[in-house]
Amino acid sequence: MREVAVIGVGMTKWGELWEKSLRQIFVETALLALEDAGVGRIDSMYIGSMSPGLFIGQEHIASLLADYLGKTPIPAVRVESACASGGLALRQGFIEVASGLSDIVLVGGVEKMTDVDGSEATYTLGTAADQEYESFHGITFPGLYALIARAHMARYGTTREQLAMVAVKNHDNGSMNPLAQYPFKITVDAVLNSVLVADPLRVLDCSPITDGAAVVILSSLSTARKLKKPLIKIAGSGHATDTIALSSRKDITWLESTFQAAQKAYKMAGKKPKNIDLVEVHDCFTIAEICVTEALGFFDIGKGGEAVQKGLTSLKGKIPVNSSGGLKAKGHPVGATGVAQVIEIVKQLRGEAGQRQVKKARVGMTQNMGGSGGSALVHIFERI
Amino acid sequence: MPTPSRAWREFPQRYRLEAGKCKKCGAVSFPPRLVCPVCGWREFTKTKLAENGKVLTYTIIRVPPHQFADQAPYAVAIVELSDGVKVTGQVVDCDFDKIKIGLRVKFEFRKMYSEGEAGVIYYGYKFVPA
Ligand SMILES: [Zn+2]
Repeated sequence: MREVAVIGVGMTKWGELWEKSLRQIFVETALLALEDAGVGRIDSMYIGSMSPGLFIGQEHIASLLADYLGKTPIPAVRVESACASGGLALRQGFIEVASGLSDIVLVGGVEKMTDVDGSEATYTLGTAADQEYESFHGITFPGLYALIARAHMARYGTTREQLAMVAVKNHDNGSMNPLAQYPFKITVDAVLNSVLVADPLRVLDCSPITDGAAVVILSSLSTARKLKKPLIKIAGSGHATDTIALSSRKDITWLESTFQAAQKAYKMAGKKPKNIDLVEVHDCFTIAEICVTEALGFFDIGKGGEAVQKGLTSLKGKIPVNSSGGLKAKGHPVGATGVAQVIEIVKQLRGEAGQRQVKKARVGMTQNMGGSGGSALVHIFERI
Repeated sequence: MPTPSRAWREFPQRYRLEAGKCKKCGAVSFPPRLVCPVCGWREFTKTKLAENGKVLTYTIIRVPPHQFADQAPYAVAIVELSDGVKVTGQVVDCDFDKIKIGLRVKFEFRKMYSEGEAGVIYYGYKFVPA
């Protein structure tokens, strides 16, 4: 297996981009990434997108996007794993470069979510749950994570305030990220007084509906060495599945797929949790960040809430979590999220994160998950 | 609009609570499966879910998907049945402040939602206090 580097990153401002189409958002972003990498040629592309079919009535988007980027006839593949589609695209691009089949691969994620109204978007996101045995009963994604939150609070004593502190921290970080959808700070009181979506989760516990794309360029390490850029290597890649129905799990509060994917990534990279300088995690809801930091091994089981309260996950804490603002403040254009996480880590490892720069960051991690944890991808990056 | 076949083929599970009991390890799967998720065995006997259980966790859905717009707010729980199977379903005929982890509930056959004005009416199970 060849070693693989990230040689270019591109991201544009996220938000409710009513004036832009999916293809326009993607192409603008991809051009930035190609420019950042300083390469013109790509051998293939992988696109993570959860549901262009339901959001804009368009399938077959890999070819559409290759065409509009002016790259036909290169191979282009769309991959789907619900909210982990972007992370999965990264892994597929990584495998293709590592195998030697391609030398330079574009990995992107894109979602155009505001062409449908809120209730249709809620329905579409709900298709990542078991349609016949979860969605049929009226459960939504905030609802599934609310079920996890209630169980975590009852078993481990995680508090409503600790959940709020996740959102407050991520907005603090996001206020320093000009590309974030909501680059402003919020308070614990604001979270606790925001409207209920699925008890005990309130609207400020939830990541928003977002239009956006994120693109990175991968190459073999030997090609990367010829470019005048800090070298960022993909040191570890892990991917795992779990039941998509939350009720089928042995333990509702434990994210087994994230745990399994992390174990594989740690092993490939030869790293342990204590070697990781910062991590971008899938905080689709505040409770998710708490459960994920436990499954990644940063904190003991049940202690994720306490860790946030103690400031261990803040920018200057033991393990900075979501320096970008996370899904909460940066936005969550579903398929793009897993790729945007990589961009934040690459910027941090290059020392280009501006005000939110984590000092001496050398090893970073991303964790991206689908649905209520039916799929998870974990990647480890190292500056060499 | 979906054809009725999609709802029709789920009738045994939704109307009669049919589940599969693994002939090797005894694990009950709901809905029935072709491969036992516990031991990998492929032979099952048809069984019926236990009708009683207790609430493991719950939420009140206040922002529903479009099919459930006329029902919100409503409660959804994961219920652990007395045979150990865990099932997701609504808890109805119960004030929200009476729903607690550990609340004893039982199945009832109810209307779930309907598909447009002339579309299929979907039925299935919900939970009520036992
Ligand atoms: Zn079995």
